[in-house]
Amino acid sequence: MNPVKIIDFLRDRCRLLAWIGFVVFAILAAVDAVPSVIDKAHAHTEAEKTPLFWPLFGFVGCALIIILSKAFGHAGIMKREDFYDE
Amino acid sequence: MSEAWIPPALILIAGALAVPLVPGRLLKAWLVLVPIVAFLRVLSIGMGIPAAGDSATGATLLGRVPFLGHDLVFGRVDKLSNIFGHVMAIAAVIGSLYALGVRDRAQHVASWLYAGGSLGAIYAGDFLTLFIFWELMAFSSVFLIWLRREPGSNAAGMRYLLVHAAGGVALLAGIVLHCEGSGGGWAFDAFDVHCMDAGSWLILGGFVLNAAVPPLHAWLPDAYGAGTFNGSVFLCAFTTKTAVYALCRGFGGLDILVPLGVAMALYGVVYAVLENDSRRLLAYHIVSQVGYMVAAVGIGTPLAINGACALAFTNVVYKGLLFMGCGSVLHMTGESRFSALGGLYKRMPWTFLLTLVGGLSISAFPLTSGFVSKPLIVAAGFKSHLPAVGFLLMLASVGTFLHTGLKVPYFIFFGKNHCSPEVWERAADPPWNMRAAMTVSAFLCFFGGCYTPYLYGMLPNPVEFNPYTPYHLTETVQILFFTAAGFFLLIRKLEPEPTVSLDTDWFWRMGGRAFRWFARKPVQSLDATFGELYRTAGLAGLMRSAGGVRSFDNRVIDGLVDGLASAVAGIGRRLRGLQRGALQESLALAFAAAAIVAAGVLFFLGAFSR
Repeated sequence: MNPVKIIDFLRDRCRLLAWIGFVVFAILAAVDAVPSVIDKAHAHTEAEKTPLFWPLFGFVGCALIIILSKAFGHAGIMKREDFYDE
Repeated sequence: MSEAWIPPALILIAGALAVPLVPGRLLKAWLVLVPIVAFLRVLSIGMGIPAAGDSATGATLLGRVPFLGHDLVFGRVDKLSNIFGHVMAIAAVIGSLYALGVRDRAQHVASWLYAGGSLGAIYAGDFLTLFIFWELMAFSSVFLIWLRREPGSNAAGMRYLLVHAAGGVALLAGIVLHCEGSGGGWAFDAFDVHCMDAGSWLILGGFVLNAAVPPLHAWLPDAYGAGTFNGSVFLCAFTTKTAVYALCRGFGGLDILVPLGVAMALYGVVYAVLENDSRRLLAYHIVSQVGYMVAAVGIGTPLAINGACALAFTNVVYKGLLFMGCGSVLHMTGESRFSALGGLYKRMPWTFLLTLVGGLSISAFPLTSGFVSKPLIVAAGFKSHLPAVGFLLMLASVGTFLHTGLKVPYFIFFGKNHCSPEVWERAADPPWNMRAAMTVSAFLCFFGGCYTPYLYGMLPNPVEFNPYTPYHLTETVQILFFTAAGFFLLIRKLEPEPTVSLDTDWFWRMGGRAFRWFARKPVQSLDATFGELYRTAGLAGLMRSAGGVRSFDNRVIDGLVDGLASAVAGIGRRLRGLQRGALQESLALAFAAAAIVAAGVLFFLGAFSR
């Protein structure tokens, strides 16, 4: 088995994979949005019972982490690689 | 020793000391055999522990050695020490297999002394034994940084050592204050977290420094990014997780650890976004992961302590796998910066796949070990009515997938190819032993995730937790997939930038530099000024006063002595005229004079006595 061939095979079908990804996202969102599909009795808090809570949590959380961290970094935390060189 | 109890640490330490003596053709066998024997010893110790529900009270104290009026306890055996001992021994086996091709024997000695120090600290039943092994860890692990022998590794090792020496001093001071000052005794048991004395706080300070709790954390990315490719695999397992063990043992339920742990979990995530070096990114991510464990120790419920132990156990395995993946890239290409890598799946496909397993496992994908360990802590937060803790830790787990599951594999193995022709030419999957070590770790990631009794059976408290509920499965998959969506939408913002990030190590890096400047400039110039002042004013004054003394000596002293001598000579000349050589006459005169003097004395004595 040559893993490179498999990865190249998948990369050549990027557009198809993206569509499959969208379908998966839609299914996951639907699973969450339709109340009776998943029993939310195990939810820790009431807030989690809001439709699309965890998908939005993941997406917004990821965006916030990237944007705020980069803003913090560019506010003077990130320095040239030779910053500590003497 | 009071009974024949062999500590697993002894096997590794003795094995390490014998490494220089082993013939070259047997070295590889020795490197495989010794950690396996230590692991078997840990297993045999674990078999002696009764089944369930005896975490705090069921400890057996073995391997007692009297020393200077104390009892050193090398073998406190209970479920808490067993689970940590078990995973540390696994880390030693895998790390040694990974390093099999390293010819520098000093690195093997340092690795095993370090692993032995960790096992010794875990099984230590008293503070003195704990301290000895704690310091052994610090002083052996620094060689895994120094032995990289590259510009910068010397200084990084020195900084690491200085920070850990400071932590060790705090720990020792705390031990002395707690054990002798407050009469807490030398046994290493749980502290009264509601009534902490100064000694307890100092001990806690020593522990949290090793656990890399901000602001005392910056030694970790500094050192782990500078270690040898195999040394960092050892480093990532032992120091922080031994500290987590010590916190579980001593400070369960200490409230302050909850906000500290949550802050750590998010702090590591933020810095991981900024980091350009793959191994430093993973190191920041250790800070984040240990944050979960520290928060769990602070929550302190049986479920939370189980969560801390489970996450430490699984983290040692998958973080080791990630460090092995990035270490392989470093070893084969000489590069670990994202801004100098990219597109390497064509050259290192197996390294990519195995690293990906580590990334998915740390991100808590279903069927991997992270999926069965991390939710214990999140659930403990929610069940202890700390919803903010639960949600913030979930946010940190979004960051985990973002960096370790997506950023690391993407920017090393895919993304834009930044490789120089030399790097691309050198890149290839690493030798068989390194691939084998990574494969064993990857297997353990899936094994732990699929067969939950393996991990849950070792936890210190009874487990009533099933991670494979439909709700938890969908919750996890939803978070992960939508995090991936966010990553690919904002991927341009994550493009690697050749930078370093300022962190709290700025204070001791620049503080050290300021101290050197202070020694070089004000102190040295003050010294030079005084030297000049002495040479011009002091020395001239001294010469003048010396001249004065000399002339006083010449004129007064010499004149006095010469005058006295000439006076004596004159008297002698006159007396010589009286001497006529008549001995009897002279004696008669002398006796007469003596008799007159004696009569006078007697007369005066008689007159005064009356």
